[in-house]
Amino acid sequence: MIAVLLERIGLALVTLLIIAVTVFFALELMPGDACTVHLGRGATDTMLAACRARMGLDQPPLWRFAAWAGDILHGDLGVSMQRERPIVDIVGWRLRNTLILAAVTATIGIPLALGLGVLAGLKPDGPLDMAISGIAIFAMTVPEFISGTLMILVFSVILGWAAGVVTIGYKAPALDLVRASMLPAATLVFILAAHILRMVRASVIEVMQSDFVQMARLKGVPQRRIIWHHVVPNALLPAISVIGLTMAWLLGGVVIVESVFNYPGLGRLAVDAVADQDLPLVQAIALLFGLIYVLTNLGADLLALALNPRLRTRRG
Amino acid sequence: MSVVSALPWSRVLRDVLAQTSGRIGIVIVCLHLAVAFAAPMIVPQDPAFQDAAVMLQPPSLTHWFGTDRLGRDVFSRTLLGGREAMLIATLATVIAMVWGSTLGILVALIGGRTDAIVMRFVDAMMSIPWILMVMLFVAALGSNSAALVPVLGFSYGLSVVYLARAAALDFVARDFVLAAQARGHSRWSIAVTELLPNVRDSLAVQGAMQWSWILLAVSSLSFLGMGVAPPTPDWGQMIADARGIMQRAPWALIWPMLALSSLVIGMNLAVDAWARVTGVERNRRVPGA
Repeated sequence: MIAVLLERIGLALVTLLIIAVTVFFALELMPGDACTVHLGRGATDTMLAACRARMGLDQPPLWRFAAWAGDILHGDLGVSMQRERPIVDIVGWRLRNTLILAAVTATIGIPLALGLGVLAGLKPDGPLDMAISGIAIFAMTVPEFISGTLMILVFSVILGWAAGVVTIGYKAPALDLVRASMLPAATLVFILAAHILRMVRASVIEVMQSDFVQMARLKGVPQRRIIWHHVVPNALLPAISVIGLTMAWLLGGVVIVESVFNYPGLGRLAVDAVADQDLPLVQAIALLFGLIYVLTNLGADLLALALNPRLRTRRG
Repeated sequence: MSVVSALPWSRVLRDVLAQTSGRIGIVIVCLHLAVAFAAPMIVPQDPAFQDAAVMLQPPSLTHWFGTDRLGRDVFSRTLLGGREAMLIATLATVIAMVWGSTLGILVALIGGRTDAIVMRFVDAMMSIPWILMVMLFVAALGSNSAALVPVLGFSYGLSVVYLARAAALDFVARDFVLAAQARGHSRWSIAVTELLPNVRDSLAVQGAMQWSWILLAVSSLSFLGMGVAPPTPDWGQMIADARGIMQRAPWALIWPMLALSSLVIGMNLAVDAWARVTGVERNRRVPGA
């Protein structure tokens, strides 16, 4: 048990290290560096040299990587080129805002997906399943920026229920952000729920055909009890790991959805940083997203371990 | 060389066409391809021509799909708007499939520690959402659609490594592979003559899927202003452009949305049917996931 736990945590750490290496050295392969990109074509040699000295870019790459990684471990993400402020200060509020959006999405999306997945899986190929699965496939196929724009068109322009774009600043109180995050969260829920419910549906169908459900049925256990006591708990387990894996998609989707709705989170900050050609800031955000992904997956892994004793033996 | 089971291409196509969803998918995709090829010859108006006299006009006989906020013809722009994205997607898919399947098959064949290390790297890189990977490069190189090809080819190749390895693993311990090893064939020749024909269907289905994912990626980037740059018309760019005026000129928004969605849905229908016909387990994993 302890060995499995340590193994999972160790793997997560190795993954984080590789992400850091990738994020750092991807830019080393590019022509130019943060300073040439930031200063543009008009830069003179003295300006470049001064900028490189200020950013520490005159050091050898491996040394810089060690310094960069060391700073990060101390909670220092470096300095933004464009904004000339510590990245931690810029990123902090937006990270909170993105987490608020993610929390609203998860609170609505996960129960909804589990419920719809079970409903669809209980009568596969019935009319209800056809409707749910059809919408799910549409949600998974159409890109986020189209579903987001459709949400604005329907709920804001046509029905007038909610404001189409978020206008509050990034330092707004959390409750205001929750209110502002309704449409962006609805867009993310739409797609997230589609991924999860398909998995739940598949596992419900599988569990319904298992021996123990057949057995329960033959014993005369009422249908409702079979569903709640036999099918649902067993079908939800595989969903946990899908929720973890869907995070990578969700994080990518967040970048686009935040831009569509002008939501002041990390994703939109990343888009702005690219427009400003602020390489250190883009690197820091990429690393943060990687960290969030690794942590959620580790969390999902540990939760699955806690709920399913069979996973606790090594490589069973 | 031995191929465990593979239908000839003509038979695959016939079986896909025999299914309703497959038929619909193929028709939609072929229509899109035909339009993309023929568009430069058939567009009625210059897609970049801005006519201040006809801004935001509803559909009419001269402008079938109306005009956008700069007075450009939405019909011409919609016909042309998929070309650049499809071209980028095609080239990037080729790159992704070539490096991804080469590495995946070789790693499956070599196994052991090499396999473990390579897959750990692939796994870790896949946990950076693709869009941030790409943005990292766009920030460094500037938005430039030629640079997108290798960047997308690399990012999307990661999931191909996964799939090719998994598909090849089904065969590495079979007798015909062991026999080839006993005959002293090199790893490279085993990969090409023994494994590749057997994983052909999985890879082809995956390749078609990759194409539509990369197409979406390019469109999303264009939407964010990091992909296809004006004056080349592009669906993602058109949608971004028409968003602010959707109340006054919904036609400028609807047509590019319809074009992109129908292409991707058609592709999905076709690939689903294809996967069923060839018995390939359809890989529904999200790109970058």
